[in-house]
Amino acid sequence: MNAKRKDMIATVIIDLIVAIVVGILFFLLAYILIKGLPHVSWSFLTGATDSFDGTGGIGVQLFNSFYLLVLTMLISIPISLGAGIYLAEYAKDNWRTSLIRSAIEVLSSLPSVVVGLFGFLLFVVKFKIGFSVISGAIALTFFNLPLLTRNIEESLSAVSRSQREAGLSLGLSKWKTEVGIILPVALPGIVTGVVLSAGRVFGEAAALIYTAGQSAPVTNFADWNPMDAASPLNPFRPAETLAVHIWKMNTEGLASNAAALSAAASAVLIIAVLLFNLGARVLGSYLYRRVTASK
Amino acid sequence: MLKQYSFDKTAVQTFDAQTSLALKTEDLQVFYGTNHAMHDANLAFPKNQITALIGASGSGKSTYLRSLNRMNDTIATVTGKIWYHGVDINEPNVNIYEIRRHIGMVFQRPNPFAKSIRENITYALRANGVKNKTELSERIEKSLRGAALWDEVKDSLDKSALSLSGGQQQRLCIARSIAMAPDVLLLDEPCSALDPISTVKVEETLLELQKQYTIIIVTHNMQQAARISSQCAFFHLGHVMEYTPTGTMFSNPQIPVTQDYISGSFG
Ligand SMILES: Nc1ncnc2c1ncn2[C@@H]1O[C@H](COP(=O)(O)OP(=O)(O)OP(=O)(O)O)[C@@H](O)[C@H]1O
Ligand SMILES: [Mg+2]
Repeated sequence: MNAKRKDMIATVIIDLIVAIVVGILFFLLAYILIKGLPHVSWSFLTGATDSFDGTGGIGVQLFNSFYLLVLTMLISIPISLGAGIYLAEYAKDNWRTSLIRSAIEVLSSLPSVVVGLFGFLLFVVKFKIGFSVISGAIALTFFNLPLLTRNIEESLSAVSRSQREAGLSLGLSKWKTEVGIILPVALPGIVTGVVLSAGRVFGEAAALIYTAGQSAPVTNFADWNPMDAASPLNPFRPAETLAVHIWKMNTEGLASNAAALSAAASAVLIIAVLLFNLGARVLGSYLYRRVTASK
Repeated sequence: MLKQYSFDKTAVQTFDAQTSLALKTEDLQVFYGTNHAMHDANLAFPKNQITALIGASGSGKSTYLRSLNRMNDTIATVTGKIWYHGVDINEPNVNIYEIRRHIGMVFQRPNPFAKSIRENITYALRANGVKNKTELSERIEKSLRGAALWDEVKDSLDKSALSLSGGQQQRLCIARSIAMAPDVLLLDEPCSALDPISTVKVEETLLELQKQYTIIIVTHNMQQAARISSQCAFFHLGHVMEYTPTGTMFSNPQIPVTQDYISGSFG
């Protein structure tokens, strides 16, 4: 068999594998959307769930998912930004740093159920916070932090050393160089990572079942004072998210149309996650053009 | 088999008290861990002249140059004295950021920031407290003119610096350095990534700049050293072997190792 023939066969096999992967993805997407979309309506998207049999809309869950996401990001972005900058720029190459790195690796490989149970025992039970948005957000932070830190560190390290030397040789401090010169170059990569991790957080269920809880008490969307018990912004109320809702509908849904409802909710979830992915690309390349002043 | 040369036989010039010096090193030694990369470098650099550092690859030219503005701080151990305006700037308590504003550096590969041409020049200035708009635009024009780049970019200051050609980028890096109003400019093989025409432009720029700045340039290109420098130092395996006026170096090298290097019969 000559080289050209081998090459051809290899190409065909690789193409086939790619086709299978893409095919599976499209089949899954199409299946979920076709089954779910017909049941999606405005009242479904905004309505409240009947707490007894789970019929009705997913308005509260949808809000909860976004609220939890925002809260999680508010906690995890600053921490991972600090950790990422530290690891990329300041950490010396010694045993302490490799310990930190291994710790991050272990944290990132923890199953999300375990993270959820840990959050349940520590925040919900021990600290007596109860099932709440804040417990969920902290659990999600645990789950999100290693990935974000890794992403930020890698984005920063990918920026050429010569850029750092240029900054330092102009008499800029290390911090100024990092924040003013390196970070903008790394920003598109960081933003892409943040938005992608947002998609993961948005779809996460296991870590939330025992932390944010499985009930979505009807909230008063006219009351935006986070201190009020009925306010949607109250971080201490239980908050079933969309992903948890889908899980619950499928395990203990009592309604006769439970299957249709969960299909509809799944379609909404998938669309949201797809939007995050799309957003990551668009925002990443937009930011790159902005910060590098290239048109 | 590499020819062995004695490190004891050197020819290093010194200057009399009348010559005003911009920078001077005394017994400068550099260690990368246990690797002793620079031995007792005693060089003085006259003001407003171009001094070329030449020598084979790995002879320690960059190592020496980077020590002068303390860019080796986190990488290597540097001992000895570096005299600048009567102060030993190799002391641990000097403000290295201040030093680097006075002793600018241009690197081998053009490394403009991924920002607009304008911001490449203003970023460090603004970080150092120059906020006034008119002063900033004056500095932009002055430094770009100094680096012979103004006419090529004056209508596109807001374009990305990365869209410039390699030669333009390198001149932008020179402009960025001189915008800080340093008095010494260190250049590490600034033309090695450039085509001949851009090289000529950079050389002309440097010849012009020596009126205001003291320039120390590492180069692999002996014609370049001959064309632009007044003084020339030859490095060999971490030792400064010969330091003489450039004319002498190329027409009448003092010691065998330099003779061999100049004539190309080295090693
Ligand atoms: N960052 C570093 N870490 C360890 N050793 C280094 C480092 N930089 C240079 N060296 C060593 O120091 C010696 C001198 O290197 P240097 O880069 O100063 O040579 P050079 O004369 O600039 O060579 P070239 O012409 O190739 O640029 C070499 O033996 C090199 O291996
Ligand atoms: Mg070098």
